[in-house]
Amino acid sequence: MSAQFWIIQTFNGISYGALLFLVGSGLSLIFGVMRIVNLSHGAYFLWGGYIALSIIQATGSWALSLPLAALAVAAIGIAMERLFLRSDGFENIRSAVISLGLGVLIALATTAVWARILPSGWSAFVLVTAVASVAVFLLLRRISIVPIETDVLRQVLLTVGFAYLFQQAALDIWGGNNMDINPPAALTQSVAVGGVYLPLYRVFMIGIALVIGVGLWLAMEKTRMGAAVRATVDDAQMARGVGINTNQVSMFIFALGAFLAALGGVIGGAFLGVYPGLDFEMLPLAFAVVIIGGMGSLGGAAIGALAVGLADNFGKALFPEVSYFTLYAPMVLILAIKPTGLFGRE
Amino acid sequence: MMSQTIKIVVVVLALVAFVIIVPTSGSFVVLLATRAMAFAILAMSVDILLGFTGLSSLGQAAYFGVGAYLTAVLATKFHFGLGWDFWLVVVLGMLIGAALAAVFGLFAIRAGGVYFLMITLALGQCVWGLAYRWNSVTGGDNGINLSGRPSFGLDLSNEVTFFYLVFGFFAASMALMYVLIRSPFGRSLVGIRERELRMQILGYNTWLHKYIAFIIAGAFGGLSGVLWAQTNGHVSPETLVLTTSVDALLMVVLGGAGTLIGAVIGAAIVFGMREYLSTLVPWWQYALGAVYVLTILYLPSGLMGVPARIRQARANTAAQNVVEANKELATKT
Repeated sequence: MSAQFWIIQTFNGISYGALLFLVGSGLSLIFGVMRIVNLSHGAYFLWGGYIALSIIQATGSWALSLPLAALAVAAIGIAMERLFLRSDGFENIRSAVISLGLGVLIALATTAVWARILPSGWSAFVLVTAVASVAVFLLLRRISIVPIETDVLRQVLLTVGFAYLFQQAALDIWGGNNMDINPPAALTQSVAVGGVYLPLYRVFMIGIALVIGVGLWLAMEKTRMGAAVRATVDDAQMARGVGINTNQVSMFIFALGAFLAALGGVIGGAFLGVYPGLDFEMLPLAFAVVIIGGMGSLGGAAIGALAVGLADNFGKALFPEVSYFTLYAPMVLILAIKPTGLFGRE
Repeated sequence: MMSQTIKIVVVVLALVAFVIIVPTSGSFVVLLATRAMAFAILAMSVDILLGFTGLSSLGQAAYFGVGAYLTAVLATKFHFGLGWDFWLVVVLGMLIGAALAAVFGLFAIRAGGVYFLMITLALGQCVWGLAYRWNSVTGGDNGINLSGRPSFGLDLSNEVTFFYLVFGFFAASMALMYVLIRSPFGRSLVGIRERELRMQILGYNTWLHKYIAFIIAGAFGGLSGVLWAQTNGHVSPETLVLTTSVDALLMVVLGGAGTLIGAVIGAAIVFGMREYLSTLVPWWQYALGAVYVLTILYLPSGLMGVPARIRQARANTAAQNVVEANKELATKT
């Protein structure tokens, strides 16, 4: 194996790590601040890619799709956090959303079962949905929801439920085909560095991750909001005690995490593609990043992302038969030796 | 509250009804029920951990996977397990599940809470990664096709015969696990779930108890994998992805953690949606997602806990009525 092999593989590993940093850092911050294990994070990644595809189709602008898709997914994230991941507040809106969803499901089921009896067309469907929704809403108002703030298992299952919903919705909206996001021609060229041709797009990925990483670090270290976030990560109760609005911090961090994951989805869409199932492929990788680095640590996420990116690349190139094993086994070892990850704090 | 004996009688009657009705209901139902029972054994093994020991494992699909792959590799590469030696494969499947759990448990058991979830997730992904990539043994992405079911006097390729066999394993597993959780050992597991520190102070080696429970769950996971491989005729990495482990957890939470019957009911519902509803309607996954969300938000103790919850709500309203009546009385006098 020549020096060129090592240079190219290292470069590929680092650029993949750059992508993983975008997905993992958000997941890590969400866990650090809210103590929530969010298994919808892969869905945010996928939705970022799909929404970007739609924006590119509508406007033709790739540059525009980056922030817009990420912002759209951040909005979805905020809605999910406010309505479902905390038990106090927005009771009526939550019940209304659930009722409407169940109403549609009931209408779908009735039209499937009594297709012959029911008149076809939208009016009957809407009518059944409306009646069912109101009935469910009246029922739900009498039942209080189970608080999940301290129950990790319930958080996991709830966010998986949403991941399934997002997955099916993506399938219905964008179809099941494998799609690609085409970056502008300027980014598809290669640059020669010391006789090795490096794809410019991967250089761009590393650049974006660096800019975002440094930006996040500055925001965390130098701004008031950042200080509030760090305080919440360290001790949420104490942070509340000294007057930090941890509720607001949670919402902000959840939105930021969804934003970063979606940004990763748009950027990754150019070389991973955008396809059904990508969400649950990225999710364990994102968790590997978070676990190796330590949950709630930004620097840890950067190191973890690099480690996973390199391990994944070299694993696939050197020992393809055990490549995923070489990725997850170190994760097990780190967890067994230092459960809080390399840079995590208890 | 029903007494324990009545509960057992109800469950046994339900199982008898099940085993009588299903074989008369057409081959599709028989196959579906057989597959569901294999999965229900996995769900019960998760319940041993989650419901009785308080360990939520995100990697139970690993044991299911090794059991299934063991069966498939032995059958296709070594022509082993196609006759009487099928029973050996069953034993080996349980042993390999237990052995894997014995290794994984060393890493996992000392971690608590969210770290236990994460480490079991990572361990499950290790096994998935091997199944997915270790082409020379596992067939990689394509998986392994089994050529046919074993036959030893009984011809298991007959769906109804095979249904009876899997039912036998299912009922035996349930009975065994029931005996286990009613034993002093099972009682101490529940004690650990409720308050580990108190059990430690009482002198119990809680690590060892959890470790043994983990191994037992692994053995039953391996058994369910063996049965699954024979039922399905095909194993692939798809069988041991993260979502299989998550589904198994939901089955337990949906039915009611800490009740073996709840795990079975949950398995029937979730499996029914994945394998039956999905053949009927294209929007089945919305229904599955809805079951997840509704279970978590509205069923703190699962379906088995619903009657108690309704009783509780009624008692509360009754108590409230009494309070209000007293208030009224007080204001009148």
